[in-house]
Amino acid sequence: METGTSRVKRGMAEMQKGGVIMDVMNAEQAKIAEAAGAVAVMALERVPSDIRAAGGVARMADPTIVEEVLKVVSIPVMAKARIGHYVEAKVLESLGVDYLDESEVLTPADEVFHIDKREFTVPFVCGAKDLGEALRRINEGASMIRTKGEPGTGNIVEAVRHMRFINSQIRKVTGLSKDELYNEAKTLGVPYELLLEVHELGKLPVVNFAAGGVATPADAALMMHLGADGVFVGSGIFKSDNPEKFARAIVEATTHFTDYKLIAEVSKNLGTPMKGIDIATLTPAERMSERGR
Amino acid sequence: MNIGVLALQGAVTEHIISIEKTGAQGLPVKRVEQLEEIQGLIIPGGESTTIGKLMRKYGFIEAIRNFSNQGKPIFGTCAGMIVLAKRIAGDEAAHLELMDITVARNAFGRQRESFECDLDVKGINEPVRAVFIRAPLISEVGPGVDVLTVYNNEIVTARQDNLLVSSFHPELTDDYRLHQYFADMVEARAAAKQ
Repeated sequence: METGTSRVKRGMAEMQKGGVIMDVMNAEQAKIAEAAGAVAVMALERVPSDIRAAGGVARMADPTIVEEVLKVVSIPVMAKARIGHYVEAKVLESLGVDYLDESEVLTPADEVFHIDKREFTVPFVCGAKDLGEALRRINEGASMIRTKGEPGTGNIVEAVRHMRFINSQIRKVTGLSKDELYNEAKTLGVPYELLLEVHELGKLPVVNFAAGGVATPADAALMMHLGADGVFVGSGIFKSDNPEKFARAIVEATTHFTDYKLIAEVSKNLGTPMKGIDIATLTPAERMSERGR
Repeated sequence: MNIGVLALQGAVTEHIISIEKTGAQGLPVKRVEQLEEIQGLIIPGGESTTIGKLMRKYGFIEAIRNFSNQGKPIFGTCAGMIVLAKRIAGDEAAHLELMDITVARNAFGRQRESFECDLDVKGINEPVRAVFIRAPLISEVGPGVDVLTVYNNEIVTARQDNLLVSSFHPELTDDYRLHQYFADMVEARAAAKQ
């Protein structure tokens, strides 16, 4: 009997496919998310848009919030640790969290090194905006990748950019000859063996979700259309007027992302989504997607 | 022979790849009308609460019950086993209520307790690699249920006539024998009808 194997960790992410993972800040929100059909919840102290507004250093959530959420739902519970913060990750693992997000939404604890995720029993998801980042995170032991997008903006443009870019890079790698892969591995700064796997599979060796800026059911469906395996929704749900309805609508639009009539139906009278931010107005320091290479 | 995989949420592609290794045609099923095109159905792993909700929403509860009542085989893995069960331990409402078993959800613990090991399955010669992910187990079986695998005194694979269930995920391995077992059930039923 073996726990924490790569198959068990990656398999957990496979089970989340086609689903929506929702940010929640307390037990009550977690129950709303579960009732709406979320496949998992991300327990946080503040959603990304509040982190943006508050400024300062954003850290792992108070363990009380995580424990509270673990108690009330039967679906998996995720939580975020700062990039490179080994101890936050160990603390969250000790609480029984099902999946850790080593996340650029929080202020990085290490500007160079990410956590060695291979030594953990609990699986990790990490953000990426290109194939190099994705494969470096997988090499460090990440079992799931998500686009970084630009969290807390309610603006889908960066998630679209990252998903398209990663997919176009994968297409390029698929078309290279084997002897060209060595140089491509060097250019991308990734191990040759992982790149060879991408070359053979025609996709990442782990599940790839969309995250960072999903604000409407149509946004979620757009990311599925672009090839995402599923969707993370952060500020979008509990910053909208009617979180319950909004959450249900996003779940349905993700499942039936090619059924435009259904998306029209679930998009009716949802109230105002979160306000959103034009990416061009963000200073480089305000861009979370630049954190962690 | 077409075998569908319920594609509302979960590990759909893995099952399609596995079932196609048996020579059958795999088909993702997103709407009830598609049940007409298939002779057997796989309900995959995923989140049972999510799959259950979407099944209700899109009319799959009645449609899959009818499918089963015609004797057409259904194979449920992990979440798929939960939604097929007549009873769910605790106060949770059952979904399809087709198979005479009681399942306990997340029975082995949280994700950190998830594991893999080799297990014997009745009807399959050598042990299979069984991958358990926040897996359920079968805590009670009715008289018509044949127990196929026991792990640590707990039932993790079982069959009742046209219904096959497993706590673990054969679709996450390169071992297609459990899918072959199911494909044989589908073929036998189709042959009997002709």
